[in-house]
Amino acid sequence: MTGLMFLIPIALLMGAAGLVAFLWAMNSGQYEDLDGAAERILIDEEDAP
Amino acid sequence: MNAPEALASSRQERLTDTRFTVPGIKCAGCIAKIERELPKLDGIAAARVNFSAKRVAIEHDRTISETSLTEALARLGFEAQRADVNPLGADDAERKMLMRALGVAGFGMMNVMLLSVSIWSGASGTTRELFHWLSALIALPVIVYAGRPFFASAWMALKHWRTNMDVPISIGVILATALSLYETATGGGHAYFESAVMLLFFLLAGRALDAIMRDRTRAGIGALLGRMGKSAKIVGPDGTIRDVAASELEPGMIALVAVGDALAADGEIVEGTSALDNAMLTGESAPEAVGMGDTVYAGAINLTAPIRVRLTHTAEDTALADIARLMDEAGQSRSSYVRIADRASRAYAPVVHTLAALAFVGWMIAGAGWHQSLVIAIAVLIITCPCAMGLAVPTAQVVASGALLKRGLLVKDGSALERLAECDVALLDKTGTLTLGDPRPDLAALDRSARAVALGLAQHSSHPLSKGIAQKLRAEAIEPACVSSVTETAGSGLSGEWNGQPVALGRPMSVAQGLATELRIGDARYEVRFKDALRSDCAQTLDELSALGIKASILSGDREPAVRAIAQQLKLDARSNASPTDKLDALSALKQAGRAPLMVGDGLNDGPALAAAHASIAPGTASDASKQAADAVFVGEHLMPVALALRVARATMRVVRQNFAFAIGYNVLAVPLAVFGYVTPLIAAIAMSLSSLVVVANSLRLRGAAK
Repeated sequence: MTGLMFLIPIALLMGAAGLVAFLWAMNSGQYEDLDGAAERILIDEEDAP
Repeated sequence: MNAPEALASSRQERLTDTRFTVPGIKCAGCIAKIERELPKLDGIAAARVNFSAKRVAIEHDRTISETSLTEALARLGFEAQRADVNPLGADDAERKMLMRALGVAGFGMMNVMLLSVSIWSGASGTTRELFHWLSALIALPVIVYAGRPFFASAWMALKHWRTNMDVPISIGVILATALSLYETATGGGHAYFESAVMLLFFLLAGRALDAIMRDRTRAGIGALLGRMGKSAKIVGPDGTIRDVAASELEPGMIALVAVGDALAADGEIVEGTSALDNAMLTGESAPEAVGMGDTVYAGAINLTAPIRVRLTHTAEDTALADIARLMDEAGQSRSSYVRIADRASRAYAPVVHTLAALAFVGWMIAGAGWHQSLVIAIAVLIITCPCAMGLAVPTAQVVASGALLKRGLLVKDGSALERLAECDVALLDKTGTLTLGDPRPDLAALDRSARAVALGLAQHSSHPLSKGIAQKLRAEAIEPACVSSVTETAGSGLSGEWNGQPVALGRPMSVAQGLATELRIGDARYEVRFKDALRSDCAQTLDELSALGIKASILSGDREPAVRAIAQQLKLDARSNASPTDKLDALSALKQAGRAPLMVGDGLNDGPALAAAHASIAPGTASDASKQAADAVFVGEHLMPVALALRVARATMRVVRQNFAFAIGYNVLAVPLAVFGYVTPLIAAIAMSLSSLVVVANSLRLRGAAK
């Protein structure tokens, strides 16, 4: 039973971390242009001017 | 120390953000081109492409006008339209709120489930009590936060003595939560927090999908009726010129219309000759020559020389305003169409309440005790929750419209797909719909240096023919020749000097048939003919339409010979010389006869018809007003998306019907079980979630529908 004293807070913290990460990602606009992100990887870096 | 900060803030003050809708962005190359090339221009600090929304946000100096930004994009080969600052602000906020609520509900659901699973697997005594309290601690804030959209909507409905889908959901969630709290406080064996949270999670998933669908499709269209002149330069009796807003113009005033300006009212030319671009009103891109005494209409753009116009009809009386009014009325008569989901759930909600209430009363009478009766009533409320039914329509539509978007067709809203699926006869406009809409030059007669000279001249003019030549030559990567002292003369064209010899681009000496222009280099003459070519896949598209059982015909405002030639080539029935009212009448007649007509057209003269048709599609090159009126917009040079839209719309409705059949079948099976007390709220929540998942999975089959 003492295991629960650790496991439950850990589970809750991990869940909360996931939630915070999701909210942060959404507020910083990471879901705004999903298709664009997929295309951008194909852009060649231009040689230093 | 302060210097960089001061510099940054002054930079902030000088810069401003303008957003453009650019439907032509198709690949990584386009993103790279725009983001790399634009900032190289003076005054543009940065450009950022949003590929999903087909938008470009340009951060630029305040001194740079919108027009020059549009031109800069055009030089890169992209057609751009100014998007409103944030026309979708409200929708955007709604979507974000739903997504946040969904995230919170997901978090709550996972954690409460974790605790519930241990209770079911046999936790008892203090452990169970502790777990119940923990569940309550997590679930209560989650329910308050994630349930807000439902509680608010249910409260609004109840305040107006109505009921909607959110009322049984809210009652179910609140009852389940209250009962669970009571159980927890009294140390009882069952708490139903997980049922309540899971219910909210799945419902929010449906709502969020619906919001995304509406957002994404509307974002692609964005632009509004912006082309009509917003003000006019009025010449006073003493010769002074002042700006007067379009709404304050009065008949009898004399307006001076400069080159490039749009007319703000209808009138009659009293001085000057020029050519007007009437594309906004007629959809015809060829410029129309006008002179003294000719009638001109609001929305037309003056192309070659300044003219003076005595205004005859202003503000609400212009031909443009008339068309806008027609469109408005036609659109209203269509909105009486009720979406299937709404119809079903409106009838459904009261049934759910009654059933749950009857179950409670029935079990009380049967002597089951108020606690057990309440548990059964909650199970009934949850299991009959119309989530699968609520998801049936939006999920299928989101998936289908996503598939169509990849093929170049933007569907504006969900009901558009429903109406597209019902169409059984199609009316097609000619110019801009069957044809590409803008005259393409045939440059075969020109050699390389002649092409360079043609571009050197054409790039100086905003005349549609010059623009057409410049666009085609730029696409062939021709470097413009260095032509000096270029002048543009109204009605005759451009002239200049190149390598010491006079060069000119303008009206041909001999009167040629159709649209043509002539390039003169010294003594040499080259004729450039213009043709408004058919879209390359017209025939295949029409075959596809007839395979779907849709009879197509042409309904055009153009002259008879031009229409007949194309009708014969495509073997279609045709009607020519149709005015906007004629088109409207033709559609009304079809509707009277019980048909569901699809209208495909681009000009503003098609606007009322687009709005009145059962469903309508406009090409991306159409006037803004037409794009607003249409249910769907297709981009690119192919007509196929039109046929594709109908095929996918029908597939979508098939899936929607399957989803409904499944949802109804599930309820028919599950409701009696719940009413007779065989289902606990937990099993009800699981069954409800499973039925939702089945519906979502079925909808996902539409991903490949547009291939």
